[in-house]
Amino acid sequence: MTLTIDHLYIAVGLLLASVAVMNLLDRSNPRRVTTALFWGLYATLYLAGERIAPAWIGALMIAMALLAGFGGVRAGKPSVLSDEARRASAARLGNRLFIPALLLPLVTVLGATVFKDVRIGALPLLDPAHLTLVSLGCGALAALLSACWLTRATPLQGVREARRLIDAMSWAVVLPHVLAVLGLLFSETGVGKAVAHLVTSYIGLETRFIAVAVFCLGMALFTIVMGNGFAAFPVMAGGVGIPVLVGVFGANPALMAAIGMFSAYCGTLMTPMAANFNIVPAALLELPDKNAVIRAQIPTALPLLVANIFLLYFLMNL
Amino acid sequence: MDSSVNLWPLLGVAVVVAGFLLRANPVLVAVAACGVTGAAAAMPFVALLESLGNAFVKTRNLPLILLLPVAAIGLLERYGLRDRAQAAIARVKSATAGRLLIVYLFARESTAALGLTSLGGHPNMVRPLVAPMAEAAAEAQYGPLPDRLRYRIRAMSAATDNVGLFFGEDIFVAFGAIVLMHTILQAEGIEVDPLHIALWGIPTAISAFIIHAWNLRRLDAQLRRELGAAGAATPVVEKGVA
Repeated sequence: MTLTIDHLYIAVGLLLASVAVMNLLDRSNPRRVTTALFWGLYATLYLAGERIAPAWIGALMIAMALLAGFGGVRAGKPSVLSDEARRASAARLGNRLFIPALLLPLVTVLGATVFKDVRIGALPLLDPAHLTLVSLGCGALAALLSACWLTRATPLQGVREARRLIDAMSWAVVLPHVLAVLGLLFSETGVGKAVAHLVTSYIGLETRFIAVAVFCLGMALFTIVMGNGFAAFPVMAGGVGIPVLVGVFGANPALMAAIGMFSAYCGTLMTPMAANFNIVPAALLELPDKNAVIRAQIPTALPLLVANIFLLYFLMNL
Repeated sequence: MDSSVNLWPLLGVAVVVAGFLLRANPVLVAVAACGVTGAAAAMPFVALLESLGNAFVKTRNLPLILLLPVAAIGLLERYGLRDRAQAAIARVKSATAGRLLIVYLFARESTAALGLTSLGGHPNMVRPLVAPMAEAAAEAQYGPLPDRLRYRIRAMSAATDNVGLFFGEDIFVAFGAIVLMHTILQAEGIEVDPLHIALWGIPTAISAFIIHAWNLRRLDAQLRRELGAAGAATPVVEKGVA
């Protein structure tokens, strides 16, 4: 038997369904019914997504956005250990607490490297198409089981703690997912082509330095709009990088590609559209300002973008 | 203007920009932008719903990286993982928030460059370990932190993970971005060795490390400036539980 991503979908679906049920039964949650509905709909996507007609899934996504947008997704009052009990537990367990925490990345890396080619009979052990995620699933399971063994807690307590964290992040959990849908719709309707058209038809690219600057800034700007450097790269490389920088000014294509992609990443650091890197961590770290991570990254992203322009300009004909 | 390019779908981008500026709920903004983009591209309503539904199912793998670790991490937090991490760092006398994050930046960027991108991450490293340790290092130096600076340290911890990951992973030759770049250049008839793309990423990777490390030193300077007088003489040790 192969461990596939579908097993992970079922596990995550069951986790989200538990979050829904726990919220429904929790009278300390001021919006327990709408909150339960939100997580229940999301659980449905994971448990039965491929068996429901796509139009209904689209409607489900809109319903979730309305629930989130009008304040329907709230948290209950989590039951945590008292400060003294938690510190006593930290002192009792000592550095052993780090073992499950480190097991998580360790098992993930082992799965993605050592167990990559392990087969049981004719079938691979881990789904090769989603190797990293399936390995992460194994790592998460190993970490959970070892944490239960270490703390003598039940796996159900693990689910309760997962609910506490998911409740704290609230709708930010689904934001990267919804933005990815928007990104796909943008490419389907030709938003990329329209942006590239605007960039290339209104700016003169006859000067080498201006062409380099337009290429790097365009990558960053496009990524800020789309939230994803992978969406920006084909458009800007196809519109400016290959025809102008390589074609006219004879730039080294490997350098053009490398610095172009890194310029796109500078954009990723500055956009709320890249929610999984910028907005989710703000929710995860319980920051009141959802843009705090972006604010912390701008002083790195802007100088680095300028550095990229000069690196590309001076190294392009080496 | 070239009439073959339809500029109307750009209205969707305008909705996103306006929504984020007005600080409306981002999930609602994203879905509203979907509606406007679809309408601007003259998609029939049901076709738009189907397109959204297909995309929502297809991208289900995205939240896994966030949702899979939460049970284990939450359980460890309940039993004191963060307290333990803070106690460990509070004993290192020379530790400051900025220095600790520079060490993490180096570790994150160099392991990502070796392809070990899952060694870090926000749910499994930053929340339970990196951010609490950076806070504890500052507390050991200056005593209790005001919320504003505590949030700033946390935001810098998340930023450090992102910078290390982004500018490290792209110099690993088997990473998806390199494959994408190679494929696109090939489609345009340009043959390059993927290894060269990876190697030409190194100057930017080094610049990223220098610039972000400098910003982390500025974080230390900010803490010193705003807290220095108050706390230097009274290091907090009772936070430690060892």
